[in-house]
Amino acid sequence: MIATESLSKRFPRVTALDRLSVDITPGVTGLVGANGAGKSTLIKILLGLSPATEGRASVLGLDVATEGAAIRERVGYMPEHDCLPPDVSATEFVVHMARMSGLPATAARERTADTLRHVGLYEERYRPMGGYSTGMKQRVKLAQALVHDPRLVLLDEPTNGLDPVGRDEMLGLIRRVHTDFGISVLVTSHLLGELERTCDHVVVIDGGKLLRSSSTDDFTQSTGSLAVEVTDSDARPDGTAALLAALAGAGLTVRPAGRTADGAPVSGRVLLVDVLDESTYDTVRDAVTDLGLGLVRMEQRRHRIAEVFRDEDPAATAPAGPADPAGGGWGAGHQWAAAAQRDEQNGGAPDAA
Amino acid sequence: MPPETTAPAQDVIHNIGYRNYSGARLGRAYARRSLFSQSLRGAYGLGRSAKSKVLPMILLGVMCVPAAIMVAVAVTTKMNDLPVAYTRYAILLQAVIGLYLASQAPQSVSRDLRFKTVPLYFSRPIERVDYVAAKFAAMASALFLLTAVPLLILYVGALLAKLDFADQTKGFAQGLVSVALLSLLFAGLGLVVAALTPRRGFGVAAVIAVLTISYGAVSTVQGIALARDNTDAISWLGLFSPITLIDGVQTAFLSATSAFPGGHGPGTGTGVVYVLVLLAVIAGSFGLLMRRYRKAGL
Repeated sequence: MIATESLSKRFPRVTALDRLSVDITPGVTGLVGANGAGKSTLIKILLGLSPATEGRASVLGLDVATEGAAIRERVGYMPEHDCLPPDVSATEFVVHMARMSGLPATAARERTADTLRHVGLYEERYRPMGGYSTGMKQRVKLAQALVHDPRLVLLDEPTNGLDPVGRDEMLGLIRRVHTDFGISVLVTSHLLGELERTCDHVVVIDGGKLLRSSSTDDFTQSTGSLAVEVTDSDARPDGTAALLAALAGAGLTVRPAGRTADGAPVSGRVLLVDVLDESTYDTVRDAVTDLGLGLVRMEQRRHRIAEVFRDEDPAATAPAGPADPAGGGWGAGHQWAAAAQRDEQNGGAPDAA
Repeated sequence: MPPETTAPAQDVIHNIGYRNYSGARLGRAYARRSLFSQSLRGAYGLGRSAKSKVLPMILLGVMCVPAAIMVAVAVTTKMNDLPVAYTRYAILLQAVIGLYLASQAPQSVSRDLRFKTVPLYFSRPIERVDYVAAKFAAMASALFLLTAVPLLILYVGALLAKLDFADQTKGFAQGLVSVALLSLLFAGLGLVVAALTPRRGFGVAAVIAVLTISYGAVSTVQGIALARDNTDAISWLGLFSPITLIDGVQTAFLSATSAFPGGHGPGTGTGVVYVLVLLAVIAGSFGLLMRRYRKAGL
């Protein structure tokens, strides 16, 4: 889909991309990096809008330097910023954008109706876009990138500004763009946690350099650990300690959750139990019942991409253990870089305890 | 719409499924034409809200009403000639043309800049030159429509009044050439000024200022020159404002009577300079617009 070969982009004062060589295959690919890591520059080069200082890049087998127009006809682009005029309706706007991509007038109208329905806009598409919520605007932006049925879409920070539910919906939609529509996706984000649920492959860049490129499965293999939290009872004033002892006695590896990956404190009441096989769940349940304690929660957690990177960092020796609801949101513990911590939207995630 | 639209989102998508598009992709030239027609329609409020149709339509009406009245007078009183020459009409109504340009040029370019729609255009097959050319051509066509329709009314009226056919046709043709040049010049200047700012209000004010201040200054200095009997200066001063530039060109080459003070329009020699300046300004505004959008990409 996309191949770059020692691609560099230097501005008079900064180097935006530094000999970047990646090969991106069909599917959903996440491009992760802190603000200013070179994500937007890379997208500009891939669309053939900005010449690279050195190196080569090709999109869909077309050279970005010489066949930019052909690339832009087959590729959709969703910008990070607002780009919708408030006084026209979503339908009018997307029809116009479809025609700008070369679709004849009738086809443009049909595709617009289809695409807006697929992204989840119904009656409101006839209203001026000025009155739309952020979530609806993001859907229109996605629709205008998909309306000409591209083979690849480049989505620049599509979840920016969305609340947790909106993010989930947008990520689900992005996933469907590939699975249902058959369109490959390159999605940028500065949040690793979002991408691990959506992407097949993750490329991490920092300061214009490639940090890592591998499939999401490699990143997030299940560690097979279980987060357990219990109440105290009159008979056992410290239920957590009692359970720890009981489980250790049952031959399981148990430890307190300690701190999350980024050092945020987690309740001392959460225990992490290594799962050996299916029977581990029964053992834990029975142990809790035998002690007469109330089970607050028991949930599976797996490695987050964030931890993978943290583990590579020798300085991060703190016991990793974010106690997020498994399969749930993306709490502060998933944020990859300190630069990303300002994203307060993300901080609102249901980080347990 | 099919009834499924009322069902929950997941169901609808599941039921209908995604359809790929295998039809024609008409490419860059078609996209440029689409942008041109969208911008031209937009210049008269078509395809936009009812509110935005009001002003351009009123101004078009205001442009046509005097022509209709003149025709009515000419027909009923059996005049030998139209009360106003074809080439003079746009000069007389320059304030209306200026108002139209000031209201529609920012609409055409400032909106795209303000709402950052420009990157969406450039992420599609068209190039910068296509965008600028389409916007320029659309604005010039809109102005040509505004200025040529009244001339057409005059011409049809003149023929109805059984005025001399050859005379009228020649005058009409000269008038059309004149308003075509005027449209190109005004479109270029209006778009350059409007593209400087993403704020529509500033754009409107700036376009009006450029047109009226330059005309006011040139007329005043020309008046002073006339009082001092410096007729040579009068004909040269006309170079410095858009409407007097057009006046000079048509006086020199389109057998128009100059509206300069004392009627001291440029002769053929000076007229060549007028034409060169006119073409340079049109080309220059195109160049400036191209420069303006070099940075406005993604």
